[in-house]
Amino acid sequence: MHRASLSVLAACGVLASLPAQAANNDLKSLREEIAQMRQAYEQRINALEARLIKAESTADSAQTVARQTAVQQTSVQQTLAQQPMVQQAAMPTQSNRFNPEMSLILMGSYNNLKQDPNAYQITGFVPTMGEVGPGSRGFSLGESELVLSANIDPNWRGTATIALAPEGEVEVEEAFFQSLGLGNGFNLKGGRFYSGIGYMNEQHAHAWDFADAPLAYKAFLGNQLGEDGVQIRWLAPTDMFLEFGAEVGRGRAFPGADNNKNGVSQGAVFAHLGGDAGISNAWRVGLSWLGSSPKDRSFDDTDSLGNDVSNSFSGKSRMWVVDGVWKWSPDGNSTVRNFKLQGEYFKRREDGTLASSACGGCAADYNSDQSGWYVQGLYQFMPRWRAGLRHDALKSGTVDIGLVNNGTLSLADFPQLAAHDPKRNTVMLDYSPSEYTRFRLQFARDKSGLGATDNQLFLQYIFSLGAHGAHSF
Amino acid sequence: MKRLIFIFFSLLSLAAHADLKVLATVPEWGALAQEIGGKHADVFIATGGLQDPHRVQARPSLIARARNADLVVATGAELEIGWLPIILRNSGNPRVQPGQPGNFEAARAVRMLEVPTRLDRADGDVHAGGNPHIHTDPRNILKVGEALTARMAQLDAANASSYRANFKDFAERWKAAMAKWEASAAPLRGLHVVTQHKAFPYLYDWLGIVEVATLEPKPGVEPAVSYLSQVMNDVATQKPRMVIRAAWNSPQPTEWFSEHAHIPGVVLPFTVGGSNQAKDLFSLFDDTVAQLLRVSN
Repeated sequence: MHRASLSVLAACGVLASLPAQAANNDLKSLREEIAQMRQAYEQRINALEARLIKAESTADSAQTVARQTAVQQTSVQQTLAQQPMVQQAAMPTQSNRFNPEMSLILMGSYNNLKQDPNAYQITGFVPTMGEVGPGSRGFSLGESELVLSANIDPNWRGTATIALAPEGEVEVEEAFFQSLGLGNGFNLKGGRFYSGIGYMNEQHAHAWDFADAPLAYKAFLGNQLGEDGVQIRWLAPTDMFLEFGAEVGRGRAFPGADNNKNGVSQGAVFAHLGGDAGISNAWRVGLSWLGSSPKDRSFDDTDSLGNDVSNSFSGKSRMWVVDGVWKWSPDGNSTVRNFKLQGEYFKRREDGTLASSACGGCAADYNSDQSGWYVQGLYQFMPRWRAGLRHDALKSGTVDIGLVNNGTLSLADFPQLAAHDPKRNTVMLDYSPSEYTRFRLQFARDKSGLGATDNQLFLQYIFSLGAHGAHSF
Repeated sequence: MKRLIFIFFSLLSLAAHADLKVLATVPEWGALAQEIGGKHADVFIATGGLQDPHRVQARPSLIARARNADLVVATGAELEIGWLPIILRNSGNPRVQPGQPGNFEAARAVRMLEVPTRLDRADGDVHAGGNPHIHTDPRNILKVGEALTARMAQLDAANASSYRANFKDFAERWKAAMAKWEASAAPLRGLHVVTQHKAFPYLYDWLGIVEVATLEPKPGVEPAVSYLSQVMNDVATQKPRMVIRAAWNSPQPTEWFSEHAHIPGVVLPFTVGGSNQAKDLFSLFDDTVAQLLRVSN
């Protein structure tokens, strides 16, 4: 036992002294080994690098050569189609690769409104039955917009914009096909689309420079004119932008009344002229005419006794719109600073008959001659920040109600049509940390309703997800 | 009389077809198309040298030009995604639609850098096809010129030989100029720099310059001062020699960085017309190399 432990001790001693003796030799050989390894690796890396450079340059030249021959031999269209095929040949075919471009717009706001938004009206003007009010008080979700678009085939493109209302309704804002291959400056559009009249009408709400539409748009178009029909545009072959357009449709919404009639109930023609003035300025002006023949276009009102009544108009509605927009940015670079001035003038004449349930559906002549305009300026004073100012004015003009003239009813039976010139002033500040995000603070003093000035504060967000949208001028 | 009318109409059609009408989205491709096209090309350039190429208005004048164009020359790689599709769709001109011979994308002719491995907007304004600022490497100008010459020759067969001859002449002068730039820029190899926006990876790749940081936290996102000072601390050990921005970037971030990090700020012309000196493609690179050398010495 003792001997055993002694020999173990001795062995330990020998073992312990071994490294100390061998250390110098080992370190030396280790160093040599590492140096050899390093050298070997460096050589291999250098060789690999050389091979990589060679492979890259041959790949490059092979590509160029392939492209050259392809361009020379076949049409370019085929070449472009072949390139991804070559790269993806090994991958299984995926049917979803042809899915349309998709984007989703999220909007919402916090609204502080002095007046009850449910009682909102633009006194002096026939209500449009559209959603023209300032929205709900407090926090509220705006419309969520789902946009799908893609080329259908070489000649057509399709776009659908579906609005999801916070109440749960789904509305098709736009769903149209558009030509790509007509040529000679012609463009054909069909389906449901925003009319080409005015400047702002074709823009979706998320692209507006203020949280809400100008009063003229609310009063004359029920916010925005959408049409079910066809539209043709022709672009003149000039260096200056000169475009003419015409559209016909069903007149499904104000100023039309969805007449349940074959043929055409509403039509518009428009012309646009535009160009540059130096590198810093660009402009566009337009003139539009909209004609509609609504039948039994009804609106609700309260008669002099306080009863709810329904009035309806049948006849002709004719409207002119003059619009203009001017954009400035130093050296054309709009990223840092830019300015945008836009304005539109509306003039509408309606002729026909007005019937009222206040006198059991009696009817008599009705005509009105009304106008309105707005002008707004937007200044981006530093990257991401913009300030805006807008002035709205409407003129109720002359409203001639036969039922009042012949003594059947009195003006007090038509409080909605009481003579009143609505006005509104708006200031706005928005901040867009990225192209896909916008926060907006807006304050308006709104005198749309007779005798009720509304102070409106909006704190709004607009987010855009998915495909990068392209914005029109 | 009939003969007179015939002559009149043939003159009219001659006037209309004498030139290849080119709409170039950015000045560099406009200049290149002009070099190749010479007197046979009528080139209109959509943007100026001081314009951010990502953010261009779909101006009415551009729609009018696209309507009559035989060829639209764009960078591609989604650089013009915010405005060119609108222009083309409204032009009523089927010849220049994507996929047609009249629609040329320069990015298809070169090897792309910084191609993202994942696509997420959390990474900022990334382009699925890779960084689109390809023209800052003169070798790419040559590659694009080659492809563009082939395309112009295809569209306008009558003048094809003239286009090829023009490009051959241009390519020779260009190669000589490249040798000159490379020789004079040799001291820039390995130089550490900070860049405001990722506008120059191709230039750096060509000259061997090392980008140690960018001032934008994500591509296309303006930096806040707090972020700038963070970048300054992070790269201090890397010892960047200068901070660089393109002429169209907002000046403040580079100025701030230059002042606080005590290194010179450099404004590169980026494209033709980006500085008073950069009048064509040759002077663009003359000026770019000169600006870099001026502060590195």
